[in-house]
Amino acid sequence: MKVKEIIGQITNDIMTNDPMTKEGLSRVDGRLKVTGQAKYSAEYKVKDLVYGVLVGSTIAKGTIKSIDTKKAEAAPGVLSVLTCFNAPKIPGYQTDTPSPKGPLKIFYNDQVYFNGQPIALVVADTFERALFAASRVSAVYESGPHQTNLKDNISTAVAPGRGKDFVKGVEDTWNTAPVKIQQEYTIPTEVHNPMELHATIARWDADDKITVYTKTQGVKSTQRSIAQAFKLPPENVQVTAPFVGGAFGAALRTWPHEIAAVLAAKVTGKPVKLVLSRADMFTSVGYRPYTWQKVSIGANPDGKLFGITHEATGQSSVYEDFTEGVVNISQLMYASPNINTRYKIVSLNVNTPTPMRGPGEATGAFALESAMDELSYQLNIDPIDFRMRNYAETDPGNDKPYSSKYLSDAYKIGAEKIGWSNRNQKPGAVTENGWLAGYGMAAGMFGAHRSSATVLARMMADGTLVLQTAVTDIGPGTGTAMVSIASEVMGIPAEKIKFDMGDSSLPPSPTQGGSQITSTVGSAVHDACVELKEKFKSMAGNTDASNYTQILKQQNLDKLEVTTSSKGGAEQGKYAMYSWSVHFMKVLVHPTTGVVKINKAISVADAGLIISPKTARSQMIGGTIMGIGMALTEEAIIDHRYGRLVNNNFADYHVPVQADIPQVEAYFVNKPDTILNPIGAKGMGEIATIGVAAAVANAVYNATGKRVRDLPITPDKLV
Amino acid sequence: MEDEKDYALPGFDTEAKDNSRRNFLKQSTLLTAVALTPGTAIKAADMRLDEKIAEAFEKMPIKLEVNGVAHSLSVEPRATLLDILREQLDLTGTKKGCDHGQCGACTVHIDGHRVNSCLTLGVMASGKKITTIEGLAKGDELHPMQEAFLKHDGFQCGYCTPGQIMSAVACIREGHANSEMEIREYMSGNICRCGAYPNIVNAIQEVKEGAQAV
Repeated sequence: MKVKEIIGQITNDIMTNDPMTKEGLSRVDGRLKVTGQAKYSAEYKVKDLVYGVLVGSTIAKGTIKSIDTKKAEAAPGVLSVLTCFNAPKIPGYQTDTPSPKGPLKIFYNDQVYFNGQPIALVVADTFERALFAASRVSAVYESGPHQTNLKDNISTAVAPGRGKDFVKGVEDTWNTAPVKIQQEYTIPTEVHNPMELHATIARWDADDKITVYTKTQGVKSTQRSIAQAFKLPPENVQVTAPFVGGAFGAALRTWPHEIAAVLAAKVTGKPVKLVLSRADMFTSVGYRPYTWQKVSIGANPDGKLFGITHEATGQSSVYEDFTEGVVNISQLMYASPNINTRYKIVSLNVNTPTPMRGPGEATGAFALESAMDELSYQLNIDPIDFRMRNYAETDPGNDKPYSSKYLSDAYKIGAEKIGWSNRNQKPGAVTENGWLAGYGMAAGMFGAHRSSATVLARMMADGTLVLQTAVTDIGPGTGTAMVSIASEVMGIPAEKIKFDMGDSSLPPSPTQGGSQITSTVGSAVHDACVELKEKFKSMAGNTDASNYTQILKQQNLDKLEVTTSSKGGAEQGKYAMYSWSVHFMKVLVHPTTGVVKINKAISVADAGLIISPKTARSQMIGGTIMGIGMALTEEAIIDHRYGRLVNNNFADYHVPVQADIPQVEAYFVNKPDTILNPIGAKGMGEIATIGVAAAVANAVYNATGKRVRDLPITPDKLV
Repeated sequence: MEDEKDYALPGFDTEAKDNSRRNFLKQSTLLTAVALTPGTAIKAADMRLDEKIAEAFEKMPIKLEVNGVAHSLSVEPRATLLDILREQLDLTGTKKGCDHGQCGACTVHIDGHRVNSCLTLGVMASGKKITTIEGLAKGDELHPMQEAFLKHDGFQCGYCTPGQIMSAVACIREGHANSEMEIREYMSGNICRCGAYPNIVNAIQEVKEGAQAV
């Protein structure tokens, strides 16, 4: 079948069942989750298991002169204390051409690059004993002068190797426009903090074979990394992660502690379980980096943009150059004849950042969408109206047509749901029961991707359809969406479909990240089911081709299966493909204390056709809540004297809790993208968060007349 | 470390070069209690049998009734109920999220009340009745709160879910589920990073209004 025909078919198939009127499937793994039966990486029963606890450095830069492990080794139940001085060499770490920068190699040498860097791993027969023994490890350092403050070091910022300055039209020409604004914005370091602690159980099954249960967003990439580190054939590394307790980007890479667990299992000859502490989670698995931005926008009095200049400098570690698309959103969001962006990074004595939900774009959108709001007040034009006057009908960066863009529909839906008509254009003009009330909105966007995946679809004699692919589900409901697609194509109830995932021995799927899984794996599930159906059709003879069990019986088969690979084609170069979102907030601000209460939150997505309405709605709401945390409470604070985090726990680092969150509502435009893939769906994970922080800041301004440009918007900034 | 003495435990001579417990055993009058002559005891210490003997002294017997099943255990006094449930009884439905009582993922019921099991030592729970998420359903029949969480999609990754459900059941039993605002206040000890909060409130309200026994 040609691509166009497939698109037509599936679009028709799915459109007959409007996801906005049907509720959608409840999570296919829901029962396991509500009964406590779902097994996360630290929860596998493994014989002879021993426990590892990491010891972190107490300086931010320097050399380890010695580590006293004797007291730890003498503590009861201790099997081993690994440090850079005694750890066996990890084969994959040894290179002939050492590169000055690269991923942190655990126990590789005596260098300390950041405070909290793992310098020892204590292994004991119980967790309690390992934890106690770890407290008895001490190190002597020769510390050097560390730098952890981006603002103090901004003069050392450099343009990273990848990501060149972008110029469309004339550079820095915003300044010549009659109406203009130039402002600086900062976001602090924000930490993913999934509820499940990162954990690894590593067990060597033979000298060259290992099984690893670990928290990862991609079992295949973890398999490759561990195989590389220990010089094993990838197929000898079994990585299992059918359930992942949230990640948001924090499990996109294979981290040093995972390598350490594998190493410790080798050294002790026993399976090792290593669970990070919550404090470790702040220094071991990445974060959204502290970033400074300057946005300059010029417009004509009619509200037409003339020029945008967006500059950003983010923090990275001294051992790796981490970059993200902070300024990209300004290249892509609005029609403007002149756009230019610059992006730099500063190397600091901190651990390397990692993409966090809406990486870069969430940071950039805070600055761009705050600046757009500021300018709308200067122009005295309604913020939605202002955006519509600069609505891009083709990609502003390269003039390519969009595969689909229904952002204007999203504006309309959101404005109606929040009650935008109640908004007063004059800031600080409305009070409700003694609280200042205000409305704000901001938009978001993120690339709609499709990479390649392979799915095995097997129809069993009893009519059960088994789908298999390596993809993980960190929470959005991947299994549920995949079962929805298969149910639709095969015409069988969801209860008859089993989706096996999170296992490196299954057919390859990409790492779950970048909002591409429904599009990529969903298309592969679709294509596999279409192929399986065709196979049944060719065997059916006079039998109804959809009576699968009957056909299998006639053919004397106990199963029929196909393994189908699926990926995007030439359309990917021809079109600009994005998902879009808009967030609306109504806030109440207490005039005396500066407390900000979100009164109502509405998020609307143009994420193509919605495959799994129930889980999609939850994903969108959850992303909005993460954005509210970014806006109001979250900030990892370093005491720069020591280069050490001071609030590395849930009591002092405030993620939103129930009391912070009102009824958040999510809505979808729900129109298929007929170009991107055969199922019409675009990604949603990132756009759920991108733009939220600006929407909150804009609402706070509308309520109070105070513009907060440095997140989070804590009460002290409003009184 | 400078403050060596702060770390010293009774019988744990931090100055000892090798296994400090040997000194403890060599000096201990408790040895008579295990009917060993000093000579054999020293020999035993050298053979690291002292570890095993010391282990017996260090552990305490406790009795836990978990989900209606009686367990007699020997645990170190510092072992938390959370770690005992997960590591010794293989009841991994109770989750570890922070070990500091800050996230609620480890919430269980002790004698009917919700408690953070990470802040509860096993020895404190001895003789008490504990209910974990594994004990909430009646066989295949889910508890109304579990059903409501499924219906309202009160979770995503599922990791905080057992704690949320145990807390939600207690929230109603305590009489703290009389309004949306009250539910939010009394469920604020259970963090959900996926952001299922509104759905969780809806689930609790439905169970509360359904007036089913919780």
